[in-house]
Amino acid sequence: MARIGVFVCHCGENISATVDCGKVAQVTSDIPGVVVSVDYKYMCSDPGQTMIKEYIEKEKLTGVVVAACSPRMHEPTFRRACGEAGLNPFLCEMANVREHCSWVHDKNDVTTDKAIDIVRTLVEKVKRNEPLMPIKVPVTKTALVIGGGVAGIQSALDIANCGHKVIMVEKEPSIGGHMSQLSETFPTLDCSQCILTPRMVEVAQHPNITLYTYAEVESLDGFIGNFKVKIRKKAKSLDEKLCTGCGLCCTKCPVKNIPSEFDQGLSNRRAIYVPFPQAVPNKPVIDKEHCTYYIKGKCKVCEIVCPTKAIRFDQEDEIIEVEVGALVLATGFDIKRANFFPEYGYGKYKDVIDGLQFERIASASGPTLGEIRRPSDGQIPKKIVFLACAGSRDPAKGIEYCSKICCMYTAKHAILYKHKVHDGTAYIFYMDIRAAGKNYDEFTRRAIEEDGAKYIRGRVSRIYERDGKLIVVGADTLMNAKTVEIEADMVVLATAGVASPGAEELAQKLHVSYDQHKFFAEAHPKLRPVETNTAGIFLAGACQNVKDIPESVAQASGAAVKVCGLFSNDELTRDPSVAVVNRTAPPLFSTCVGCFLCQSVCPYQAIEKEEIKSRDGKILKTIAFVNPSVCQGCGTCVALCRSKSIDILGYTHKQVYAEVDALLNTL
Amino acid sequence: MNEFEPKVVAFVCNWCTYAGADLTGTSRIKYAPNVKIIRFPCTGRIDFMLILKAFAKGADGIIISGCHPNDCHYTSGNFHAKRRWMVFRTMLDFLGVDVNRITFSWVSAAEGARWAEIVNTTVDGIKKLGPYDNYRKMVNEETEVNNG
Repeated sequence: MARIGVFVCHCGENISATVDCGKVAQVTSDIPGVVVSVDYKYMCSDPGQTMIKEYIEKEKLTGVVVAACSPRMHEPTFRRACGEAGLNPFLCEMANVREHCSWVHDKNDVTTDKAIDIVRTLVEKVKRNEPLMPIKVPVTKTALVIGGGVAGIQSALDIANCGHKVIMVEKEPSIGGHMSQLSETFPTLDCSQCILTPRMVEVAQHPNITLYTYAEVESLDGFIGNFKVKIRKKAKSLDEKLCTGCGLCCTKCPVKNIPSEFDQGLSNRRAIYVPFPQAVPNKPVIDKEHCTYYIKGKCKVCEIVCPTKAIRFDQEDEIIEVEVGALVLATGFDIKRANFFPEYGYGKYKDVIDGLQFERIASASGPTLGEIRRPSDGQIPKKIVFLACAGSRDPAKGIEYCSKICCMYTAKHAILYKHKVHDGTAYIFYMDIRAAGKNYDEFTRRAIEEDGAKYIRGRVSRIYERDGKLIVVGADTLMNAKTVEIEADMVVLATAGVASPGAEELAQKLHVSYDQHKFFAEAHPKLRPVETNTAGIFLAGACQNVKDIPESVAQASGAAVKVCGLFSNDELTRDPSVAVVNRTAPPLFSTCVGCFLCQSVCPYQAIEKEEIKSRDGKILKTIAFVNPSVCQGCGTCVALCRSKSIDILGYTHKQVYAEVDALLNTL
Repeated sequence: MNEFEPKVVAFVCNWCTYAGADLTGTSRIKYAPNVKIIRFPCTGRIDFMLILKAFAKGADGIIISGCHPNDCHYTSGNFHAKRRWMVFRTMLDFLGVDVNRITFSWVSAAEGARWAEIVNTTVDGIKKLGPYDNYRKMVNEETEVNNG
């Protein structure tokens, strides 16, 4: 006979403000099988948990229902308490009378009655619960880091330095990400490449890190501790072992007019190319879309000049499978590009550029070798206008959020410009100056006070060309919204930071959640900022939200410590809520008829064929068998099974039908 | 005269809609108290015989809700639920079950307000339709025939 204990929590006033907790305890004590029903102010507190434990021992309870908050909140807490009192943790269920009742309804009898019904439902469920034992699974102590920007680099190095193997996948031919494109970094103005490239080299040389560049994740199977990942290594048309990185091929390639991705289209590259001189690995790839050989079937100049005969035109994409225990997503961000700002003439006027293009112009390794020259005619601009919030914080453009980094990099651009063009003037249109961060506000003040950047609070309505000048029309809201017109030589738009183009597709491949802007979603906005809702997959850097370098690096180290924490266990315990095929006495053995429809719908290939044999080895029946270490407990097979032979532990037919009965109060 | 208060059962998945309904609570968005939730690991687990069972036991309306397409925690459970629903719906309609009493929807873990909206719309709709005594009469008559 069941002996159930019901424990009703007031949650301070969170529940008791609208639900009569005393009445809930009193009414539920009459449910058959309930031997104790009490209410208490804070059930999750130490005295609350102790009370539950004492009742379990005193009343020899066979099941516990805690009527309190969502099981997503405190189920582990109460299950642990039950376990400590000697009751199997899976004989404890939570009745969600806070999120699903007291917080969403007004104070009246209906709300209390609903709470009673919720408790009744869970009492009937828990009566039918079976003790379960957690499943133990081994942990593969290798991490996969997706993305080779500064966040991915930091995560990979941290994990590798803790002694674990790391595989890094980068879709571009070189690691480095956006940080390698930057000129100097705020708020210290140290050279971006000077601080990043040693880290890039460290990744390439680290004995614990395997680096796959020009590669993308194809698919992911498995679960925390035991993922199987397919990686597509795109054909580089190159034997990397033979290539010495001499670069002769890149200077001889006759296709010269491909806009360089690294220089944001401000310079050209060849069809066989290394994205930038400090690239890691410093070996070229052939861009098949532009290579004459791949288009017309002849050329092969690179193959002829290559001193080590490393060119491989017949190379094909290769798919490799790796086993990892955890993933770090560090796929970064992108910025809004042309066509998004017709009113600013971006994409129409050559001298209206974006922030990343200005970084390349200001960079010593850039197309102008660090001299500020405008793209149209190479002249040094004497008047330059910067637009902060180009797209950001603009619901009309569909981007309500603040891109966060623009205020700072615009101030930096103004400073860099003034350091190089002493007689020039820099105007900055802004909405607010958001400079919260260590030494950040000092930095923007420096732009204004020391370098004379002219900040105008207001937005720009349009930009057009007149007599070779770009006319910037805006409003100065601190001067009664007076119209301001500036004849500029060049305009730099701090365009909104957005999710990288492949983010949504990748999220769906990996089953991680993402928000409406396609940024990956963290498990909890405050307390679990580096975890995703999918166990074993962590977040680093701007793929979660636009971030600056220090924040990205901090989050990357946070993700690394989560991975290392996971890897500090030799085995993990998993939720035992898995599917099982019933077994009965011979000659039936199981109600399973062996149709194997379940096998075709299982997303995890967890269902195998099991042969039931007689003593002399004759096969009597073939039935389905669910491999408990592979099953994830979705239950798709359960609902599909025609003979109702599969059940899922924790959500059995008995349990859910009893819940429906109890909920409708007709037991 | 008292207004008719329908009984509505919601079968929801643990990862999206249950969490979404939690968010409705966390955000203190009020909705009709007529709906009571039963948690499943995934909409793919929901055996549609539960719909008939619930109607027979006194439910006037039903909500089934899970993750948006492509967002399923288990890859494809919501697609299986959707396909099963397409078939089951036609069959129910043929059998004379009022399919307007069943709401099939997607609510993500971030859509607290949407959950409240779906509950309220469903409850309003069921209020207009009235109690579902017809189904229970139909089932009970059949039971009598079987017993006789």
